[in-house]
Amino acid sequence: MQFQADLINQIGQYRARGIVIDVAALDVLDSFASKALRDLADMARLRGAATVIVGIQPNVAFALVQLPESLDIHTALDLEEGLTHLERVTSGHRTGQSDLAAMNDRDDERS
Amino acid sequence: MTESDEPVNDRAAHDDDVLLPELVAHLREHRAELRKEWADRIEAAHLLQAMTAQEIGSETTSVYDNYVEVLETGSVDALQRYARDLSERIIPRGVETHEVVGIVLLLRDVLARSLFLKYHDDFGVLNRVLDAYEPAANRIANTVAVSFVEERERVIRQQQDAIRELSTPVLQVRERLLILPIIGVLDNQRAGQLTDQLLRGIRTNRAKVVVIDITGVPEIDTSVANHLVQTVDASRLMGASVIITGLSSEIARTLVTIGVDLTKMNTIGDLQSGIEEAERQLGFRVTRSEES
Repeated sequence: MQFQADLINQIGQYRARGIVIDVAALDVLDSFASKALRDLADMARLRGAATVIVGIQPNVAFALVQLPESLDIHTALDLEEGLTHLERVTSGHRTGQSDLAAMNDRDDERS
Repeated sequence: MTESDEPVNDRAAHDDDVLLPELVAHLREHRAELRKEWADRIEAAHLLQAMTAQEIGSETTSVYDNYVEVLETGSVDALQRYARDLSERIIPRGVETHEVVGIVLLLRDVLARSLFLKYHDDFGVLNRVLDAYEPAANRIANTVAVSFVEERERVIRQQQDAIRELSTPVLQVRERLLILPIIGVLDNQRAGQLTDQLLRGIRTNRAKVVVIDITGVPEIDTSVANHLVQTVDASRLMGASVIITGLSSEIARTLVTIGVDLTKMNTIGDLQSGIEEAERQLGFRVTRSEES
């Protein structure tokens, strides 16, 4: 909870456009933690920042999908992927209205 | 079987002491003809047809000698070892359980007949001889049959392990593109293994797109279908999108009937289109190098 409040404050402080949350070190993510992350992403979106969660372990991923409510936040394999994603999402939205739904629209720019 | 190990009283013990050596001596003495008769009866019964006459000859000699040795010593250890070894050799040749049991029972009958012939004058002695012979012979038959079946089961277990290992390959076809061809029945255990392999494969290959091809899967049940959907979700959490190809009409019906959420499932008719779609998502463009 403290983490949530700090983070939301700092979005304003640093004028952050994106947040990467790395959970690679977590072996367990229960429904409470999953809800905390979801709330955090919603709050961040209201403050104008997109959230991406990276580094979810295989067994954590499978445990998460068995929870009744889905995580519903954009996820990426690792930090690098997460940053690439955020760059893509935020570059087009300088007004601070980053839209989570718009994230999936664009194709990968690699060719 | 155990009652044969302990003689019930002193008289029987005495009988055994005298009769068994006599019996063994008799079987050794007539080894050649009894073995010949046994081999003839094996041939007449059409057993061991996977083996040549010469092989049958040498194996029956070994079995015969082991058989007599067990009668003499009362210990089946050597026979057990031999039976395992024999099974290991003949199982790959396609020799069946009934054949192995059959030949041992034939030998038992052949030897019993020869005992009848030898002792038919004195019914009392014959009876005691059979008292000594039958438990040992049954024990031998049992040992050989059990050894054979155990060896067979060991082979089956080994093959099952191999099949399980090979059953869910995760293959990288392009940079960051994985393919999982699944062939055969997809049960819960295999589905679990598939999830495990896939998620670890995504991690190690840094995959962005995964094509799961289930052309070779005839049908799936409710729990496996749900498992599959969860696998797709979990892959998404790890940053990879999943394309499922080759759904049979059966499976399509199952998925709709059980009402799984299909909106997140990206399904494409066949593997080729699936790979093309995956390449498109990854930004690959495949062109033919020259007209042909």
